[in-house]
Amino acid sequence: MTLAVTSTTDVSLGQLAGALALIAIAIAVSIWWKADLERDIVVAVVRSFIQLTAIGYVITFVFDQNTVFLVVALLAIMVLFGAFTARHRARKVPHSFWPLLTALGLAAVATVGVVVGLGVFPATPRFMVPVGGMVIGNSMTAAAVALNRLGDEVESGARQIEATLALGATSAEAAAPIVRRSLRSGMITLVDSTKTTGVVFFPGTMVGSLLAGASPTAAVRLQLILLWVLLGAVAVAGLVATTLAYRNFFTPAHQLREPPEP
Amino acid sequence: MLFELERVSLRRDGKVVLDDLSAVLPAGASCVAGPSGSGKSTLLRLLNRLADPLTGAVRYLGSDVRERDPLALRREIGLVPQLPALLAGTVEDNIRFAAALGEHEPDVPRLLDLAGLDASYAARDAAKLSVGEQQRAMLARALALEPRVLLLDEPTSALDAAARGAVEATLLHLRQRLDVSTVLVTHDLAQARRLAQFVVQLDAGRLVAAGAVTELLPA
Repeated sequence: MTLAVTSTTDVSLGQLAGALALIAIAIAVSIWWKADLERDIVVAVVRSFIQLTAIGYVITFVFDQNTVFLVVALLAIMVLFGAFTARHRARKVPHSFWPLLTALGLAAVATVGVVVGLGVFPATPRFMVPVGGMVIGNSMTAAAVALNRLGDEVESGARQIEATLALGATSAEAAAPIVRRSLRSGMITLVDSTKTTGVVFFPGTMVGSLLAGASPTAAVRLQLILLWVLLGAVAVAGLVATTLAYRNFFTPAHQLREPPEP
Repeated sequence: MLFELERVSLRRDGKVVLDDLSAVLPAGASCVAGPSGSGKSTLLRLLNRLADPLTGAVRYLGSDVRERDPLALRREIGLVPQLPALLAGTVEDNIRFAAALGEHEPDVPRLLDLAGLDASYAARDAAKLSVGEQQRAMLARALALEPRVLLLDEPTSALDAAARGAVEATLLHLRQRLDVSTVLVTHDLAQARRLAQFVVQLDAGRLVAAGAVTELLPA
């Protein structure tokens, strides 16, 4: 299968600066509605510029070296940073770093392994790096949303969890409804956007491919593969993160570590 | 002796909840009484190992609760919490959930009857019941475990006077129909007099008095 972009699109720094006009609108909206997001928006813009520029040079280096070892090292670093970042969204989950790291790592290995193993993409840096990056990024979001929900649900549902434990249910049985809802909330955004793709919005890869000069058919096929890969990835990440993380709320004797106020 | 607490201490967020407490609870109808914040509910949670003390020991029928399988212990010592916390679904779903944990085939109409509800409640959505009805459904669910002991945490605190009287009548009736010991937690000494034979009184996590209700709480 050949899914190559047929030409390149050069973007000048001037064009890039022009796009900042939209950032000014975002900041203005935040100030107008006192959403208190101005600082976050500025940080996001600066970080995205620095991080993407840096990763551009890193990817250029990895492509030039053309060794799988460097690809794996780069993806491992992405997993590590992804787990650190997602941890901030999962503050109410005790020791959330390890569940997140495992979830992101497994999602990356499973999905990149499957697409390379099935021959969907060749095992070259040009495919593995961007696909791995998308998988890790989407997995991070899904796992973070799922654990954020998990933390909120355990806090608000502590009475029901303890009432279920009091019947002699295991912590897994008592947490099952909450784990189910958390997993669902982690996956639902991508499931919904996949349902509406091509109708309500054009996904990023397809837009990027079209802008870069690919034929619409090739852009659509590439996008479909990535959407389906991402669905698998967020399912693995959400499942692993919630399955490992819920245990941290309980003692080995199936007690809630933070019981509800009497 | 049904339960023995030996020099039990417990803290929560740095605050002393139970302070070097030693007490016994005999089989039959016992009661833990005291003002709000005296550690009554916490004591109840130690009895079926929903929590462990920081120091000291809790014994059930002579053996340390920590030496028992916590799941089997909780199926033998049922607990009805202060506020209703039923699972999503019907009342019967909740009863069957508990019965499956206890590996029993539930007689749903009988369990509802024991809890003072008629059989029509089986199909009712648990979330749409009144607080009093939910409390009774919680009782029916706990009874589905066929427990030897029933722990009741302020079972009438959220109810009005009429509903309170009805639940008390149900509990008295229950004791006559089932061979089950009860440990009731209440802040209401008059209720302790009505429902228990033995009372342990707490204040600020410490034992104030323990003995027969007829001696400690004369009418």
